[in-house]
Amino acid sequence: MPVERLRCRECGAEVQPGPVYVCERCFGPLEAYYDLNALRALPLKSRIEAGPQSIWRYVDLLPAAYDAAVDLSPGMTPLVPAPRLGKALGLRRLYIKNDSVNPTWSFKDRNVALGTAAARSFGYEVLACASTGNLANSVAAHAARAGMRACVFVPAGIERGKILASAIYGPTVVEVDGSYDEVNRLCAEIGEEHHWAFLNVNMRPYYSEGGKTLAFEIAEQLGWRIPSDVIIPIASGNLLVKIHRGFQELAAVGLIEAESSPAIHGAQPRGCAPVSTAFKAGTDAILPVRPETIAHSLAIGNPADGRYAIAAVKSSGGVIEDVSDEEVVEGITLLAQTEGIFTETAGGVTVAVLRTLAEAGSVDPDGVTVACITGMGLKTYEAVADAIQPSVRIKPTLRAFEDAVLVHTS
Amino acid sequence: MATVRIPSPMRRYTNGERQVIVSAGTLAGAIDELNRRFPGLSERLLDGDGNLHHFVNVFIDEHDVRLLQGLATPLGEQSEVSIIPAMAGGAARTQRAPRGG
Repeated sequence: MPVERLRCRECGAEVQPGPVYVCERCFGPLEAYYDLNALRALPLKSRIEAGPQSIWRYVDLLPAAYDAAVDLSPGMTPLVPAPRLGKALGLRRLYIKNDSVNPTWSFKDRNVALGTAAARSFGYEVLACASTGNLANSVAAHAARAGMRACVFVPAGIERGKILASAIYGPTVVEVDGSYDEVNRLCAEIGEEHHWAFLNVNMRPYYSEGGKTLAFEIAEQLGWRIPSDVIIPIASGNLLVKIHRGFQELAAVGLIEAESSPAIHGAQPRGCAPVSTAFKAGTDAILPVRPETIAHSLAIGNPADGRYAIAAVKSSGGVIEDVSDEEVVEGITLLAQTEGIFTETAGGVTVAVLRTLAEAGSVDPDGVTVACITGMGLKTYEAVADAIQPSVRIKPTLRAFEDAVLVHTS
Repeated sequence: MATVRIPSPMRRYTNGERQVIVSAGTLAGAIDELNRRFPGLSERLLDGDGNLHHFVNVFIDEHDVRLLQGLATPLGEQSEVSIIPAMAGGAARTQRAPRGG
């Protein structure tokens, strides 16, 4: 449904929905709000269950109307039991929410679907974004689908796989000499002067609502129940904040029990851990850092939603933890070798932090735990190139096979 | 004379002006000067304690002032000041001076 109103997260001022993203009164961020009382009166469960196998089944709780011209059918990704990984970590009922199987292989398709539908309804002709890679891939693909122009801005030096996975759709790919935070500032300045839809800047009130659909799907796939613990990687912090809000909205409209909320845990790489650092220091004052990590998709040194992420984690009874790059690689290989899911570095961060939390007793070992795996491994294969077992090369003879291969597999 | 670039949500306070030239020698002075010319503008930038709102980022010549000297950061003749909403590049709180007590 069209969102009822936008509300400032800081001062509470409300404005009519439109192509705005900043409160004119206090300059705070605007966020979508819905008429939850009206939604509670609808037969929501049957409306959802009769909907398409994508995020659009939750259209009543989303800020944009369905637009077939831009639809790549993101969402309704598998929630798979992960018994072998669970055994390795000491968790009896672990699930992987496998968002690496979205149309452009990351959770960003959820956000971009909504942001693109909103941008078209506002009459924009150019889609743009500041991105560490995954968002650019998704924006480029959605623009191709919608027949719109796209211009994506990334920091120079990100993985080649992520450049290629944008370029193939035909956008202008701009590699900027600078960090993600500098790319983001540049995009904000461009957005001030040119009438372009920057998905993660001026379309942010609509775009960011996509994260809620992860919570909706997890609850629906568990039979309209909530897990005890959810692990989410933190870059800007927006995904974590929106998953938390998604569970809150489900409770508010009566789809899950009112008092229930999972413990929401956040995961960062140690080389870019401003939110984890602030959380551990017991403050919400986040000091920007200059990222130095292989987890490029989480390398936001100045996270826009960091404070809100800390508030969500605290109120839900979760924790935020960080792990080294070596542990990230171990997390990627552990997930691949126990569950057959090849994730990118952000997923490695999530698995490695889950291992740390399980060892510390911070997650309920007997509860239902969900790890959000947000992107796929081939985009960042460089990260694990040195960690994998080399292949065995042989001559085409049985003898060579028995001498060189059988010894490895028996 | 530094140049302050005014973002669109604030232009209604500057009679639509996109850029304003200021003669102040520091960021704090520039905000004072803006507020004299366009009353109400400083509340959009500063909280009740006189610190920059955590959801507003200010850059001087592309550098985040929190990594410089905050409001005390000096402005040069050719300095360019950009005011940018935090969701485009972070929401860190300005470091506060330690308080007594």
